[in-house]
Amino acid sequence: MSTELLGVLVTYLLTLALAIPLGKYIARVYQGQKTLLDFLAPLERGLYRVSGIDPNREMNWKQHLLALLTINLVWFVLAFVILLTQGSLPLNPDGNPSMSPDLAFNTAISFLVNCNLQHYSGESGLTYFSQLTVITFLQFVSAATGMAAVVVLFNAFKEKSSEKLGNFFRYLVLSCTRILLPICLVIAAILAFNGTPTSFDGKADIVTLQGDSVQVSRGPAAGMIAIKHLGTNGGGWLGVNSAHPLENPNYLTNMTELVAQVLIPIAMVIAFGVYIRRKKLAWTIFGVMTVGMLLLLVPMLLSETGGSPTLAQLNLLQPTGAMEGKEVRFGPAISAYWSTVTTIISTGSVNAMHDSTMPLSGAMQLLGMFINCFYGGCGVGILNYFIFLIIAVFISGLMVGRTPEFLGKKVEAREMKIATIIALLHPLLILAGTALACFTLTNYPEADWAVKPSAWLNNPGFHGFSEMLYEFTSSAANNGSGFEGLGDNNVFWNVSTGFVLLLGRFLPIIGPVAIAGLLARKRYVPESAGTLRTDTATFGFMTLAVILIIAALAFFPALVLGPLAEYFTIY
Amino acid sequence: MKTYLIASIKMTLVLLVLLSGVYPALVAGIGKLSPGGGGGETVSRNGKVVGFANVGQAFTQDGYFQGRPSAVDYNAAGSAGSNKGPSNPDYLATVQAPIDTFLAHNPGVTRDQIPAELVTASGSGLDPHLSPQAAYLQVARVAQARNLPEQKVQALVQQHVEAPFLGILGPEKVNVLQLNLALDAVK
Repeated sequence: MSTELLGVLVTYLLTLALAIPLGKYIARVYQGQKTLLDFLAPLERGLYRVSGIDPNREMNWKQHLLALLTINLVWFVLAFVILLTQGSLPLNPDGNPSMSPDLAFNTAISFLVNCNLQHYSGESGLTYFSQLTVITFLQFVSAATGMAAVVVLFNAFKEKSSEKLGNFFRYLVLSCTRILLPICLVIAAILAFNGTPTSFDGKADIVTLQGDSVQVSRGPAAGMIAIKHLGTNGGGWLGVNSAHPLENPNYLTNMTELVAQVLIPIAMVIAFGVYIRRKKLAWTIFGVMTVGMLLLLVPMLLSETGGSPTLAQLNLLQPTGAMEGKEVRFGPAISAYWSTVTTIISTGSVNAMHDSTMPLSGAMQLLGMFINCFYGGCGVGILNYFIFLIIAVFISGLMVGRTPEFLGKKVEAREMKIATIIALLHPLLILAGTALACFTLTNYPEADWAVKPSAWLNNPGFHGFSEMLYEFTSSAANNGSGFEGLGDNNVFWNVSTGFVLLLGRFLPIIGPVAIAGLLARKRYVPESAGTLRTDTATFGFMTLAVILIIAALAFFPALVLGPLAEYFTIY
Repeated sequence: MKTYLIASIKMTLVLLVLLSGVYPALVAGIGKLSPGGGGGETVSRNGKVVGFANVGQAFTQDGYFQGRPSAVDYNAAGSAGSNKGPSNPDYLATVQAPIDTFLAHNPGVTRDQIPAELVTASGSGLDPHLSPQAAYLQVARVAQARNLPEQKVQALVQQHVEAPFLGILGPEKVNVLQLNLALDAVK
């Protein structure tokens, strides 16, 4: 095995080795059991006291959602105001300007919803103040929001569930203080000691070896890069994200950032099993997710390490694979792995430019975001998976002629309606958005925006279509990566993706939490010989089939028009 | 709604202090202990800073090893890749130009010896590395431009090949700035 492939394997195994104990720890944290970090309890009590919150007052599912939406609204207002005024606020050594209203709208929403789509470049678009109070802050709390929401689901399926499903603010605070912050400090230290900047100094002026004067952007980036991965956020400090040699200086930091982004999504599945005492169910879910990941990873690895057919035409050597848009210190293999996990997990950070990857890789990146639940984002991955699981329960129940039930609770029409709406929302947002963009491009090519539609696309033809499809997919999946050639900083993209981001975040949280809340209230039907078991390989296969059929049926035509058509033109 | 709103505003303020104040301050404190003191690791010659250890820079003279093409011309106040897709008709021309330049400056080298990373843009536009293969290919030109024996330059490249991480993970590479600094130091 080459050292490049070995790097991929070791990185994944290391992630698993850390995620399993972390999952058990997470379950203990939310259950309020003893942990090593109990010395933080006074800090948490202080937070509750200042906010006037009683962390022991339990909420039903509606109160949970109301609290979640209210605090998210506060965060949005805060972020929007700071971005609009950052030019006149402190900690702006590079003298960067305030954002335009449409860009501030897009950016505030994008970080609020854990997406981190970026229509600006960090070097010139933000100040250190907004990087810390908007970007870093939202990266923490949006991840914690997803985690708090999934704990509601955990509570709903505990053995003796009731309407009372814990306290939202307590889960939010614990996610920050017990899980995200401590791990981020470790990651940030690793990054800092490998060359990622942490100080508040502005750009450095240097004269290079051959005598050119250049400036080097930097800033207190290490802490932000830690949470951008651990919280599956993905927005970079600098323009090119983790391809930048200061954000990701070497192979060790690359492994660290890769482990960090996959860690909590896997740990959450483990935590689910421990929390509701159904470890076998958790391992079945983990198995389906892992098979799904491999189905996307293998084609991506083959197409990236196989090299570019265009460059092969020029008779160039491609010993390691396709190098356009990639960094020498990483190479194509680990970049393909990064590309896979960042799209299935809704991180959206990149260590290589997706716009320059091979067509088959582009198709896999899109599929990862269409499905959006192979491991999935921080907390929300399980929520997305849960929707497919409910649909699979219902369909299998009908197939074998039994009442559909999940963990002793009957799944009925109301729950199915919610699940179906949420499952269909995702393709609707993506396909309608892309259609609108194509329509605008064709009919109003000269519209007077910051970037005219005729100048949107960096690549013509099928690949250009993929650029637009990718942007809406990334928004709806709250992913945040992009085919960055797209000229997206103008009112059309800022506003349209802004709304897609909001709908693509909050409805897929509201839906599963509502289903869980409704199921929790129902009478428990003891499992019997007639129960359809959901923790078997057969049922796992059934869920995978449901996921693939829904994703393939809805998106196949769009995939054909974009990456697949491109594939057949150049191979 | 109202009860949650007031609690939410208060909680936002205390979390801001913790996550946007205390946390970055702690990280900055950790960074102070790191090489470079948190401002990024720099490389100096005779007490003068000539670059950042990890940030690539442009080398255009024949007497220096040259790095990869950059979409931002190695100006690190920004960063970008080319974002060109493989099916873009302009792409062939984009790659053809650096190939022609390279062949003109390196007589004796043929196109089928050129590794693709030498003529394709990196993701960041600031890639500080070359593959060993891409560095060895430039030895003859550099040696001639500096009037040095080829074996000496070849040996210098060999010394600067960095092994994979822990000897087994990831690719081998050569840091172009370090190599060129060493080259300047050769008497």
